[in-house]
Amino acid sequence: MALSTQQATKIAAHIEQHKSRPGALLPMLHAIQDDVGYVPEEAYLPISKALALSVAEVHGVVTFYHHFRRHPAGKHILQVCRAESCQAMGSEKLEANIKANLDIDYHQTTEDGAITLEPVYCLGNCACSPAVMMDGEVYGRMDAEKVAALIKEARSK
Amino acid sequence: MVKVYVPCDSTALSLGANRTADAIVAEAKKRGLTIELVRNGSRGLFWLEPMVEVATEKGRVAYAPVQPNDVPSLFEANFLAGGAHPLNLGLTEELTWLKKQQRLTFARVGITDPISLEDYLAHDGYNGLKNALKLSGAEIVKAVTDSGLRGRGGAAFPTGIKWNTVLGCQADQKYIVCNADEGDSGTYSDRMVMEDDPYVLIEGMTIAAVAVGATQGYIYLRSEYPHALKTLNEAIGRAEKAGYLGQNICGSSHTFKLEVRRAAGAYVCGEETSLLESLEGKRGLVRFKPPLPAIEGLFGKPTVVNNVISFATVPIILDKGAQFYANYGMGRSRGTLPIQLAGNLKQTGLVELAFGTTLRELLYDFGGGSATGKPIRAVQVGGPLGAYLPESQFDTPLDYEEFTKIWAVVGHGGIVAFDDTVDMAKMARYAFEFCAIESCGKCTPCRIGSTRGVEVIDKITSGKDHAKNITLVRDLSDTMLNGSLCAMGGMTPYPVLSALNHFPQDFGLPENSKAG
Repeated sequence: MALSTQQATKIAAHIEQHKSRPGALLPMLHAIQDDVGYVPEEAYLPISKALALSVAEVHGVVTFYHHFRRHPAGKHILQVCRAESCQAMGSEKLEANIKANLDIDYHQTTEDGAITLEPVYCLGNCACSPAVMMDGEVYGRMDAEKVAALIKEARSK
Repeated sequence: MVKVYVPCDSTALSLGANRTADAIVAEAKKRGLTIELVRNGSRGLFWLEPMVEVATEKGRVAYAPVQPNDVPSLFEANFLAGGAHPLNLGLTEELTWLKKQQRLTFARVGITDPISLEDYLAHDGYNGLKNALKLSGAEIVKAVTDSGLRGRGGAAFPTGIKWNTVLGCQADQKYIVCNADEGDSGTYSDRMVMEDDPYVLIEGMTIAAVAVGATQGYIYLRSEYPHALKTLNEAIGRAEKAGYLGQNICGSSHTFKLEVRRAAGAYVCGEETSLLESLEGKRGLVRFKPPLPAIEGLFGKPTVVNNVISFATVPIILDKGAQFYANYGMGRSRGTLPIQLAGNLKQTGLVELAFGTTLRELLYDFGGGSATGKPIRAVQVGGPLGAYLPESQFDTPLDYEEFTKIWAVVGHGGIVAFDDTVDMAKMARYAFEFCAIESCGKCTPCRIGSTRGVEVIDKITSGKDHAKNITLVRDLSDTMLNGSLCAMGGMTPYPVLSALNHFPQDFGLPENSKAG
């Protein structure tokens, strides 16, 4: 999938803005993903040139970190915590329920393009497990009903 | 004007604190009352969030938990004057849960407005730095060493010794790096400091910089903490403006610049050398040691790498003195530990206590037993690489050495409780699975061992060559323990073997069959 001119311009601007910082690659990738929604493979070459790296090195970094997505995500990102504290409060059942409700597995997006589902290993909300994060906001003491309401609300936005 | 406090800590927000705050403001307006809304940090009684406090003549009165539909009745009950209401808990300072604690690192948390520098200064903020600026680097390092402070990230290495190594290095550039990649399940004390009292971390890092002669600092913050990112950036900006960061801090000759860098969801980057690789813009592969980061750290320069809580504890040590801090604790574990109660407990939250308290006190006196009302069967202390402890070990005092004796770790002080519905074979499998997902892949025991571990546990639970596979999982654990490059692979056997040893019946073995 080729980039739109607008996307290419945005990416070029982020590369320009961050390229002189020490250890520039992560801040650069964050800026690109925050803006464009993912890190397109087409960005690897201009990044590698700006930082004097090989394309393989850029690819290696992008793929090492769970946070960076290589494909466009849905309109909303739902992250479900899979870590021990949430497991102690029944997150396994919750995960299964959410997957069934959305009819997708982790790292997939619903057919209507509304929700991308991602696993996460601790949101630091362990005092109120189980926890989920929707578009950067944490929600505690979740159950199937509450998550369904969050999904409904997101879809209506 | 009456001050009303509604926390902005993300756990409080996760339970609807913003909606509660909005409802209070709207209701006050409707009634023609003027109030001053303060978004404070959380007191750490998370089972009671959102906790609203009102400043009265007698002190702050707590109402909790307050949902938007409780708000009209609070106004009816004249809560702005501390009026009686079913949610009125009395004076916050008198709450047993808080009163029994020894809050040193968390002295201000929940009391102040996190981003208000004025509030910070009014509550003993920057007293530590002011004292430090009168001392030589060696004297600051000596104070930290004498306090007995050990790395609160989990490794418990004496902080002063680490600083001394960096102090002794000759270099054109030195760095201070804060490990804020708090990835352990069941932990949130770093997050609380960063969201609820960010200046204490900034002050601690500044003292470190002054001590060892570093001019640049980085906070490596996990990407899962967006609120902490916002708060830290705001606080750093304000501290710079007020002359507490940047050139000539507080009118001295010292320069210290500080920047937050976002991590990207790799658990292994909580390991200090992997963190440094990541900060340099590389894959977070663990480095061989030596060289120590204190000698060749970030960009090959001498670097202090400490956890958030370690740095955040330095200001009070420099303010009240090394002896004041060292007077708390037991044995070689000096001072206090911010303990985080999590998982299946009725009363979860932040409990800061001197070392030496037992798990039983924490689980039952503070925690109030399990949330589900069933018996607590196992607790995991110290994150996903920490051992599972059965009830027979609940009387172990929280102390680094005492935990080592029972083949467990205190780690970062997170305690996750499980009730009797937990399947420990499943938890052991999860430990391997987590290691497989998060392994950086540099060393074989961790990269391959974790995946083999999942397979072996599956064979055990399905009864395939049972005895043989029990032997195999012990053998594999031994390889990982002794052959891994860092704690990721090297400590995954802790949850696995502790589950197997203490709960053999979950693995299809007779009870009390330690040998397996």
